Amino acid sequence: MNWISIGSISDIPRRGARCVATPEGKVAVFRTQDDQVYAIDDHCPHKGGPLSQGIVHGTAVTCPLHNWVISLETGKALGADEGAVRTIPVRIEGEHLFIALEALASRAA
Amino acid sequence: MSEKLVIIGNGMAPGRMLEHLFEQAPGRYTVTIFNAEPRVNYDRIMLSPVLSGEKAFEEIIIHGDGWYIANDITLYKGHRIVAIDRQAKTVTSDHGVTEPYDKLVIATGSVPFIIPVPGHDLPGVLTYRDLDDVQAMMLAAQSRSKAVVIGGGLLGLEAAAGLNAQGMDVTVLHVMPTLMERQLDPAAGYLLQRAVEQRGIKVITKANTQAITGNGKVGQVELADGTVIPATLVVMAVGIRPNSALAKQAGIAVNRGIVVDAGMRSNDPDIYALGECAEVNGQVYGLVAPLYEMARVAARQLAGDEAAAFVHMDTPTKLKVTGIDLFSLGDFAEGEDRQEIVLRDAAAGVYKRLVLKDDRIIGTVLYGETADGAWFNDLKKKQTDISEMRDTLIFGQSYQGGAPLDPMAAVAALPDDAEICGCNGVCKGKITGAITAKGLTSLDDVRAHTKASASCGSCTGLVEKLMVLTIGDKYNPAAVQPMCGCTTLGHDEVRRLIIAKSLKTIPAVMQELEWTTSCGCAKCRPALNYYLVCDWPDDYADDYQSRFINERVHANIQKDGTYSVVPRMWGGVTNAAELRAIADVVDKFEIPMVKVTGGQRIDMLGIRKEDLPAVWADLGQAGFVSGHAYAKGLRTVKTCVGSDWCRFGTQDSTGLGIRIEKFMWGSWTPAKVKMAVSGCPRNCAEATCKDVGVICVDSGYEIHFAGAAGLDIKGTEVLGLVKTEDEALEHIVALTQMYREQGRYLERIYKWAKRIGIPEIKRQIMDNAEKRKAYYERFVFSQKFAQVDPWSERVSGKDKHEFRPMASVGFAQAAE
Repeated sequence: MNWISIGSISDIPRRGARCVATPEGKVAVFRTQDDQVYAIDDHCPHKGGPLSQGIVHGTAVTCPLHNWVISLETGKALGADEGAVRTIPVRIEGEHLFIALEALASRAA
Repeated sequence: MSEKLVIIGNGMAPGRMLEHLFEQAPGRYTVTIFNAEPRVNYDRIMLSPVLSGEKAFEEIIIHGDGWYIANDITLYKGHRIVAIDRQAKTVTSDHGVTEPYDKLVIATGSVPFIIPVPGHDLPGVLTYRDLDDVQAMMLAAQSRSKAVVIGGGLLGLEAAAGLNAQGMDVTVLHVMPTLMERQLDPAAGYLLQRAVEQRGIKVITKANTQAITGNGKVGQVELADGTVIPATLVVMAVGIRPNSALAKQAGIAVNRGIVVDAGMRSNDPDIYALGECAEVNGQVYGLVAPLYEMARVAARQLAGDEAAAFVHMDTPTKLKVTGIDLFSLGDFAEGEDRQEIVLRDAAAGVYKRLVLKDDRIIGTVLYGETADGAWFNDLKKKQTDISEMRDTLIFGQSYQGGAPLDPMAAVAALPDDAEICGCNGVCKGKITGAITAKGLTSLDDVRAHTKASASCGSCTGLVEKLMVLTIGDKYNPAAVQPMCGCTTLGHDEVRRLIIAKSLKTIPAVMQELEWTTSCGCAKCRPALNYYLVCDWPDDYADDYQSRFINERVHANIQKDGTYSVVPRMWGGVTNAAELRAIADVVDKFEIPMVKVTGGQRIDMLGIRKEDLPAVWADLGQAGFVSGHAYAKGLRTVKTCVGSDWCRFGTQDSTGLGIRIEKFMWGSWTPAKVKMAVSGCPRNCAEATCKDVGVICVDSGYEIHFAGAAGLDIKGTEVLGLVKTEDEALEHIVALTQMYREQGRYLERIYKWAKRIGIPEIKRQIMDNAEKRKAYYERFVFSQKFAQVDPWSERVSGKDKHEFRPMASVGFAQAAE
């Protein structure tokens, strides 16, 4: 795993998200009400909506474009919709957040 | 020829009597009613929910004006009868109307008892009896200052809870050691006191009021022990006495009340009395069930059935304060020949006590959990020998016969003659019979046909269970659509409870209303956030994480994740400097698309989120503020050029549109609100398909509302014509506030209006100046907190995190 520091948990509001810009596009990093942190591609499997802009509830986010609900844990669409978005491993060390961009690393190497 | 029946008083008892009478002897009497109150018959039991804001007066009307017309009744509103001439058989009102009668019914009710302490006649001392009292209290409550309620009985506590819900600091003074001592034993009285105090109401027991003092109006209340309690409002709720002065003056036999026989007839055979003013077999009554029984008897007597007779009944007492469950019935004093069974669960706040004599229930006090009240009442009424089930009796009906039953089975097990609705004396058999015979499928139908749960409503749950038992799936209680999957409550119920329980944060709402998810969903959170913003403008801290992205970043998200920005152009009017500033912004940020919107504004599309604060900063320099083109709130007021330029213009439509927009911008509403003002009926601003529109005419301003030109197309309804610009503004603002308070989240004005009814809206906004003024003032108050330009706030650094990536990861870093 190649862990990359992206900042502190307090940078993200509870029930909110921030983006991390990467060469492969934006990664959305979410913080839930109970301080769990998840990272997924900022790209709804439906029509590419920016998931980071959605409303966060429980461990899911509702896409702002057409209300698909995406699980932050699995990246899969919940309910009747079908589709999935890539999940990215997150590590929390104290306040600090790291994400693993393995795919990027291997491609660059 | 029909006989002349004259009724003095228009309360619940004579109203019910007439319903029975018209059923049993249609056409026999021509009816005239004199009502000292200037209004129709309403449900007096429900005044407490009106006071606490949980219900509107319109919701508690029993007989609307139409009922009187349909039954050919002459109703003199605001006429007090001052004399009965028994020789001539006439009555005369204070306005000089004299009416002859063949039969006379006196139903003058009761008058509140006023403690004759010094200062009892100061302005600011009220009683709690009718709608006028409630309105006076609600007016006084607007000051949000201190109130004292004298009397810790049923009425006093309901008044205290209502005033507390209206934001007053309330102290209850009670002369006895525990609250409601006539209905509750000391243990339950203590629990009640604790629950009342937990709501922030102070309670002083053994309080002996010595004087009410103040400078020309109420200033403080002084107790015998020297305590002084500051108050600007004093409500006396220490009891009532029958209002029998008029009968006495006419020489009719009066003791405590007007003395009547079991057929409700006084010592004058042509004069009947019923309700709280009547005394039958030495007893006077104040609860609705025996009064309705009197009404039934009187109707049968008037219809010619001389055998109809009133029989004394014990009636359970319930307190109508949301969140406090309390039930009391019969005699619960201790005695040598009596035994009691008591259950206490301190943690759950439950207290139950049964008083037994000869293995039969004679009294019941339930606090905290009252579901078994109907069953205990039934056992008591039937004098059932309980020795067999004595060990488990206190646990209630579900525990009889071994395994606990589910609540549905408990209701199924009730015998047909078990009383379900105490107020109206309706038993189970009558309800299930009516459901089957008449094919009833809705709660409203059952209420209409049987009266069950039509008064205080506390038996609604039981009635609903009976409906399920009788017709199964055909009864669909979810006629109320839940807000979302997180709750079973509908929008209206949630809004009502937010106010009733003073819930002021989203977690409080979810906790108190038992949300099934930890933090809601994308449907309920924005709705709750709006309701809280609307209902507590000064207290509630807007929860940005519960707002849709557009309202969080104050721009409109587009399909590619970029945003569009619409600056406000008041009334659709702009100038060279503004246009130049827009052109400069477009160049500087390489904005790919500029478009004129349907609402007479300029939209810049394709702006990257990171650029938004800089775009706003430049626009702000030119004097622009946010156009709220993204908001569930006031969007635009379209105008035509009006009398300034147009040869047909009748008024300054541009000026009025700008004035409305400057007054109302920033306000949040259940769904977007678009307005327009046209200067003449040619209607170039297209005002007649807007949420609110104005058509200027020579004689003034015609206000329209409830139009639609989106998913649905619908012309507006006319609210009314007003003469001046000031009036037009006041009416529009009041209408919008009414919609803000009643609309369900995402429900546009035309849908709300369809649900509430156009006549009702007209009645409140056009006909009721007091109500209109109150709506207007609540809107003005909330604007104090709403009119902050969100763009300049964000240019100054608010919510910085929204507009910047958290981190940028380059290839080099990724490959390390």
